[in-house]
Amino acid sequence: MLTKRIIPCLDIKNGRTVKGVNFIDLRDAGDPVELAKQYAKLGADELVFLDISATLEGRKTMYDMVLKVAEQVDIPFTVGGGISSVEDVDDLLHCGADKVSINSSAFKRPELINELSKKFGSQCIIVAIDAKQVNGEWLVHLAGGTIPTKRNLFDWAKEAEQRGAGELLFTSMNNDGTKSGFANRALAKLSKEVNIPVIASGGAGNTQHFIDAFIYGKADATLAASVFHFGEIEILDLKRELEKQNINVRL
Amino acid sequence: MNIVIIDYGAGNIKSIQFAFKRLGLEAILSNKVETIKAADKIIFPGVGEASSAMKMLKKNKLDTLIPQLKQPVLGICLGMQLMCNHSEEGNTTGLGIFDVNVKRFSDTVKVPQMGWNTIFNLKTDLFKGIKEFEFMYLVHSYYAEKTNNCIASTQYDIDYASALQNSNFYGVQFHPEKSSMAGQQILKNFIEL
Repeated sequence: MLTKRIIPCLDIKNGRTVKGVNFIDLRDAGDPVELAKQYAKLGADELVFLDISATLEGRKTMYDMVLKVAEQVDIPFTVGGGISSVEDVDDLLHCGADKVSINSSAFKRPELINELSKKFGSQCIIVAIDAKQVNGEWLVHLAGGTIPTKRNLFDWAKEAEQRGAGELLFTSMNNDGTKSGFANRALAKLSKEVNIPVIASGGAGNTQHFIDAFIYGKADATLAASVFHFGEIEILDLKRELEKQNINVRL
Repeated sequence: MNIVIIDYGAGNIKSIQFAFKRLGLEAILSNKVETIKAADKIIFPGVGEASSAMKMLKKNKLDTLIPQLKQPVLGICLGMQLMCNHSEEGNTTGLGIFDVNVKRFSDTVKVPQMGWNTIFNLKTDLFKGIKEFEFMYLVHSYYAEKTNNCIASTQYDIDYASALQNSNFYGVQFHPEKSSMAGQQILKNFIEL
């Protein structure tokens, strides 16, 4: 049976790992390649690297990092952040990335999803959506959650699927950084409305939150950063707990 | 040991090259008929869409070369699917090495299947030292039907063939290069065939 995935996310700035709390304060949690190797050993099912470098130089260090990760890590990984063209994706896949995640660039020019899925296959195209619940409605936000739009999360998710996204990464901005649990009601609705896998992100604080995201949020995978980076939750312990709740995991 | 990875523009092949490097082996990338013919072991990768991949094979005259190869060949993911008779993806005629048709998963499950699933009913030395129900990483929307060529099965939507074999030709739906230690063992087994 297909298992539920646990995915540590590593935010990368100028080649170093950082984690934003509510997307603002940044704390350093080490070297990305070493962290990636460690996570692969400790039972992570996949990894996500999100490049938050603002400069071109910072971005270039990302390609070196991707090459090093591909060389040393034997589980799949996704690269996201600042990807806006077919050429960007071609370069990253050639460096050894398994999947790419696109966000604002896809929202601004949705045809990009069609172009990428046609050229590289849906299976390597993740559309990441940051959304915030405002007056009861889930609205898509861009640029790391800083720019609000009027687009409904579920509408955009369905469009992304139709255009060829192979997977969705949904971050609830209401939950991100709060450690109070995932946005399970929105997740469950999203999972029902699309027929591609959904990765839940934003809000992981304890083991129960992961259990709830799989059981109530119907997530196919959960993504978290700080709880893993600072050793608050060990991935193997988490998976053992999930198994006790009859959630299928790779152990 | 001369290992060649067929390079016909099929996505992420660096990962396969790196996986061999972790085994202490060098694998070279090539789309040249003579280089491929001279190899001891051949990897036929593939990521992307079936009909466009088939076009690229034809452009490099690899569609006639591959079925004639005498040394062990391992198709991975779409590589394996292209070695079958026919794929529903883009209504593509394959290389016909495996007497198998490739179909799309039904919409009763999420498509693509993405993640770690188990392999069982393991046959041949490709799986030497691999335990039944070992986890492998899979990403695909189309699957190979079970026939006599089936040497490993996986359950998703239905029981399907996650590995195939016909004489010197092997194919795996999963990504051994991304499947941790067990995947590495399968690549090692292939090299030792």
